[in-house]
Amino acid sequence: MNANTSPILAVRDLEKTFGSVVAARDISVSVPAQQTVGIIGANGAGKTTFVNMITGHLAPSKGSILFEGRDITGLPSRAITRLGISRSFQVAQVFPTMTVIENMRIASAIARGRDSMLGLMSTPLDTPETAREADAALELFQIARYRDARAATLPQGVRKLLDIAMAVAGAPRLLLLDEPTSGISIEEKFGLMEVVMSALKTRRITVLFVEHDMDIVGRFADRVLAFYDGTVIADETPEAVLANPQVQTLISGTRAHGAGAAHA
Amino acid sequence: MRMGSTVLGALAFAALAAIAPLLPPWLISLATIAFANALVVLGLIILWRTGLVPFGQALFYAIGAYAVALIGRYTPIRDVFFVVFVGAVAAGIVAYLIGFLLARYREIFFAMLSLAMSMILYGILVKTETLGSTDGFHVEAGSFLGWRPQGGTRNLAIFWLVLAYCAIAAWLVAYYFRSVAGSLTHPIRDNEIRVEFLGVSVDRLIHLKLVVSGVLAGIGGALAALAVQHVDPAMSYWTTSGGFVFVTILAGAGSVAAAFVGSLLFELVRSIAVTLVPGEWQMILGTALLLTILFLPEGLGSLVSRLRQRWRRGTAP
Repeated sequence: MNANTSPILAVRDLEKTFGSVVAARDISVSVPAQQTVGIIGANGAGKTTFVNMITGHLAPSKGSILFEGRDITGLPSRAITRLGISRSFQVAQVFPTMTVIENMRIASAIARGRDSMLGLMSTPLDTPETAREADAALELFQIARYRDARAATLPQGVRKLLDIAMAVAGAPRLLLLDEPTSGISIEEKFGLMEVVMSALKTRRITVLFVEHDMDIVGRFADRVLAFYDGTVIADETPEAVLANPQVQTLISGTRAHGAGAAHA
Repeated sequence: MRMGSTVLGALAFAALAAIAPLLPPWLISLATIAFANALVVLGLIILWRTGLVPFGQALFYAIGAYAVALIGRYTPIRDVFFVVFVGAVAAGIVAYLIGFLLARYREIFFAMLSLAMSMILYGILVKTETLGSTDGFHVEAGSFLGWRPQGGTRNLAIFWLVLAYCAIAAWLVAYYFRSVAGSLTHPIRDNEIRVEFLGVSVDRLIHLKLVVSGVLAGIGGALAALAVQHVDPAMSYWTTSGGFVFVTILAGAGSVAAAFVGSLLFELVRSIAVTLVPGEWQMILGTALLLTILFLPEGLGSLVSRLRQRWRRGTAP
């Protein structure tokens, strides 16, 4: 239905070099709204560099990034966040000394006042709306029963969910998940992704997720970008990518490395 | 309960103002300085909560004080509201300027850089002969919108002025603590990356906290200059900064009220110690600090919350 409208994310000729090391090159990708894109590739293939450039953690050396038609190349991460791109991290980034609900309330409250320092100073932390929003988010991500636990004491999977729930608090239109299932046991991975993906569908958020496990990618992605040596070597449906012989040879290391043992 | 603490605070200030004429003059002078300094401590608490301890807050204190003194020396303007305003703005501008550098540092680096800044000002003041060098110089008596009280009345008027500034500052800071910006304390100490990716610049937020604390210290210094009618470079010396940090530890960062109670207690203990053992008064203060850290690590303010908890446990079935 939305296939012909302009893409939510358009990346052109993106390149990132660190001295003489080329971490990413010739990346051109266009993502329509509400698509779920899986990103695969061996360690060092440029996946995280790609995510870091889109979210402003790294400034690209060359190329451009358009979000909803607007050039965001090289903007600082907080500005990109305010425009509507959010992210989670491979190592969950939460506030460990605070409880789950306190974490969530801060995220919800910031989303209300973050456009200016004056906004942050004049917006109270505890309002009925932020309290309601925060509790609703914990319900949506099914972590409400950990509400009053300190984030430092959470099981890995719950911490990941909290990280993603906080990333979503500002109502982003595009979310980048960097290895949402890393550090999670094989038995829990699917359950966690089920929760995340259905929550994001409810919020109609476009998703790019980095993942090592081909089974997860096959199950949740509409489309897969395969990275090798800093660039995209395949951009197809999950089935086509899995059948792609080049991907099989070049990224097979990933499959052995990840948990996709069933395919090996 | 929040409404309650606002009303309680307002009542406390009003009661102090009302009984002031009945208090002995030495206590009025002591409380005037204590409350002027409490404004600096309030600013310190703002930074403290975010994990930042400035060892050079006397920089802004001295700038507020010298601004008032210089206006008195070079212009005919005597109005206290105007001169305090200029002191606050001057301190705010300096805080804003050095904030570009300071806001990028944390922990001990922040503390030492802040100390360095204050010692630069100290050095300049000591070398400036026209400003009386180490002796400092006299501050002209202020007028209150045209009213020029003398003697004891003047001291009372300054005390009321200080109380008024404290009441307004306490109310504003309490409001700030409940805001999102004021709540971004543990989050910044815990994880700056997450704060950035929620859309807030941590450096800018710390810069803001620095300016707010600088303005508070500037007002405190301006009021102290008006009260003592003298300024000298010691106001920017590191021991002055150390005193503010001392009171902050004593008071704890838990509440706004603690800054005022802590500062008053500090001045009382100091003046009693100086009377009792003129040579070794620092020992008594040091012991007080040690006992505070050992038995009340979260400061005097935590006594109130402990009592409140006990009371709740007592009344709840």
